[in-house]
Amino acid sequence: MVPDIRPEHSDISDEMWPKIDDIITANCDIPGSIIGVLRECQDVVGWLPVELIDYISDGLNLPRSEVFGVASFYSLFSMTPKGRHQIKACMGTACYVKGIKEVISRIGNEYQLKEGCTTEDRRFTLDAVRCLGACGLAPVVVVDQDTYGDVKADKVIEVLEKYE
Amino acid sequence: MNKVRTQLMLCGGTGCHAYKSDVFQEELQKELERQGLVDEIKIIETGCNGFCAVGPVMLVQPEGIFYQKLKVKDIPHLVEEHFLKGRTVKKLLYVEPASKETIPNMHEIPFFEHQVFWAMRNKGAIDPEVIDEYIARDGYFGAAKALQEMQPEQIIAEVKKSGLRGRGGAGFPTGLKWEFASKSPGDVKYVLCNADEGDPGAFMDRSILESDPHAILEGMLIAARAINARHGYIYARTEYPLAIRRLGIAIQQAREYGLLGIDILGSGFDFNIDIYQGAGAFVCGEETALMRSIEGKRGMPRPRPPFPALKGLWEKPTILNNVETLSNIAQIIRKGGDWYASVGTESSKGTKVFALSGDVNNIGLVEVPMGTTLRTMIYDIGGGVPNKKKFKAVQLGGPSGGCVPEQHLDIPIDYEEIAKVGAIMGSGGAIVMDENTCMVDMARFFMDFVQDESCGKCTPCREGTRRLLQLLEKICEGRGVPEDIETMQELSGTIKEAALCGLGQTGPNPVLSTLRYFKDEYEAHVLEKRCPAKRCVALLKFEVQPEMCTKCGMCFRACPVEAITWKKKEVAVIDKEKCIKCMTCFEKCKFNAID
Ligand SMILES: Cc1cc2nc3c(=O)[nH]c(=O)nc-3n(C[C@H](O)[C@H](O)[C@H](O)COP(=O)(O)O)c2cc1C
Ligand code: SF4
Ligand code: SF4
Ligand code: SF4
Ligand code: FES
Ligand code: FES
Repeated sequence: MVPDIRPEHSDISDEMWPKIDDIITANCDIPGSIIGVLRECQDVVGWLPVELIDYISDGLNLPRSEVFGVASFYSLFSMTPKGRHQIKACMGTACYVKGIKEVISRIGNEYQLKEGCTTEDRRFTLDAVRCLGACGLAPVVVVDQDTYGDVKADKVIEVLEKYE
Repeated sequence: MNKVRTQLMLCGGTGCHAYKSDVFQEELQKELERQGLVDEIKIIETGCNGFCAVGPVMLVQPEGIFYQKLKVKDIPHLVEEHFLKGRTVKKLLYVEPASKETIPNMHEIPFFEHQVFWAMRNKGAIDPEVIDEYIARDGYFGAAKALQEMQPEQIIAEVKKSGLRGRGGAGFPTGLKWEFASKSPGDVKYVLCNADEGDPGAFMDRSILESDPHAILEGMLIAARAINARHGYIYARTEYPLAIRRLGIAIQQAREYGLLGIDILGSGFDFNIDIYQGAGAFVCGEETALMRSIEGKRGMPRPRPPFPALKGLWEKPTILNNVETLSNIAQIIRKGGDWYASVGTESSKGTKVFALSGDVNNIGLVEVPMGTTLRTMIYDIGGGVPNKKKFKAVQLGGPSGGCVPEQHLDIPIDYEEIAKVGAIMGSGGAIVMDENTCMVDMARFFMDFVQDESCGKCTPCREGTRRLLQLLEKICEGRGVPEDIETMQELSGTIKEAALCGLGQTGPNPVLSTLRYFKDEYEAHVLEKRCPAKRCVALLKFEVQPEMCTKCGMCFRACPVEAITWKKKEVAVIDKEKCIKCMTCFEKCKFNAID
């Protein structure tokens, strides 16, 4: 059952709420559906604010602590806001061997950005991910939907500058 | 009316996609339309063909001509020459680097020649989104046989006879696992497919799912029949959207064809499959954790026994098999266990798929008969180490595995033989490392991964891996003392013995195996505060050695912060104040002149 009161949150717009309610309604009787619900809600909002996690817990009739526990266990779920552009640097073994560490530190230097964090202006979020299946192009960086291969440290900034 | 004379099997796998195979496909289609060829020539987007290093790749069928490194600008010429005039386009064919020989036919290219395609039999050969193409290649014939002609005991006996062992890492005999579950009491049982592919440097399972999803469904259906399960789940990494989409299409089509659902093929047997998406936790690849995760809980392992064959998902008897394991099942039923067991060694039968990558020329997916030597895989198939660098080691089994140095490259690929040299078969990650790789840093890399992924349930793993990581970091930063090496060795032993699940039990392996073969590198870090491979930033001086410098200026041009001064015919000098230690100059200097 969808809760009666929707909490206020600046990142959750009026169009998002009905979608969230649909996800909850479709899953509230399915055992074990919580991970899927969190994923779908995160796809709608971009991340999982605490207010939303509470709303989902109430909707699925699960203890808030349990839902919070699940959300914090899985690395897919983010409880901090994301930037306009998501940088995924491949930290797979092949990319590591080919120098992704230097690429990451170069990005960090340029934008004052740490792994798993977002720049203050919310331009970029930087995440280290596992093998993207394109080891032939290592080191690999994905920005939003675009895959870039062979991005050595000296090339990566040029690539990123295209994203405002 | 179908008069298609030629099929263009264009790879749409992740590697080729990153090389813009989608744009190529669109433009090629347009050109075929312009030339009025669309009725005769059909483009089919396949999953990974294996030879990602030369992507995007396209196989012209039925001739078997293999085109590689395709670019949009080549399209008009290609269409005119090959598809209008019937002449192959030489400059798009593969050229063997050593002999400079042009090889038009895919099967004659050394990369493919030494391979045997069983688990990957349909890769690049069918449109994975069309069930009829799978059926046309004997798809679902194994399931039909299992459901209509065989008793569950006969299915199990055939799988046992094949000698197939789990490809997910541990190598447990598949037939035996099924037998346990079939004998467990209970009406409700489950068949699960492990598509969580945890090894951070591998992509075999993803490619199989993307290029041949029905093979997995068929394998699960046969397994279900063997243990009498009515329901199955595929636990897939959420980071694999294409694989998940294709599995979804495959399940839908199989239901429409009556190959999933009720009374399958008139046998009275019912079976259904759902996809469950993981949420990014390596430990969920472990069987008990995976089952917890499907139940919607935190994916933490639990002690065994009870084994899942007795009490698994929702406390019901359950079997879990890896993607590659399942992809072999239908063929074993169709052709018999003896056929499968005819290839391989005494204890390891059939083939194994590896994701060969790192410092090797032919990066891609390779499937070799068990018993093939590592040297054949790396040199004959992989084409050896690029840039005239020296081979140092090949890492097998990812964070649970170890590295195999030069002196053991002639061992056969076999579960026990690989274990003897301190690595594991693993799920198929095979990363080649050249002389510029620091083995202490690699151990640190894997330990960082293990520590980060430790679920924290048991102390030896949670605290032990943290401590190991700290020690490795200390050594890489030049603060190591000789006792640290001993401490690491002891600690590793304790963790392996006392950890609850496979993650902790195997987590120290990368440390132990690098200590076994590359102790000298550890000692250089600890005793001389020197990183021989020049990878550990804290141990580098960021100084040009005048006697080594050829005054080429490459470093000067590459430095992002203008920390290097250089003039023609002068040795380069690094200003340490300005230097941000980005390592670009180390990479650019071909003369190893920077320390
Ligand atoms: C920490 C950990 C991670 C694992 N990850 C995977 C994985 O990603 N894929 C997989 O097939 N098996 C994985 N396994 C092995 C599984 O627990 C299990 O043995 C396997 O899926 C069984 O299938 P098989 O017998 O067909 O290999 C993992 C094991 C451990 C301990
Ligand atoms: S060994 Fe590690 S991952 Fe496994 S249960 Fe213990 S803490 Fe968790
Ligand atoms: S390490 Fe980077 S910043 Fe320092 S000198 Fe070399 S290229 Fe320039
Ligand atoms: S790249 Fe190497 S050899 Fe060339 S100038 Fe720089 S230090 Fe000297
Ligand atoms: S390790 Fe980066 S793409 Fe495979
Ligand atoms: S992705 Fe095309 S060959 Fe591997």
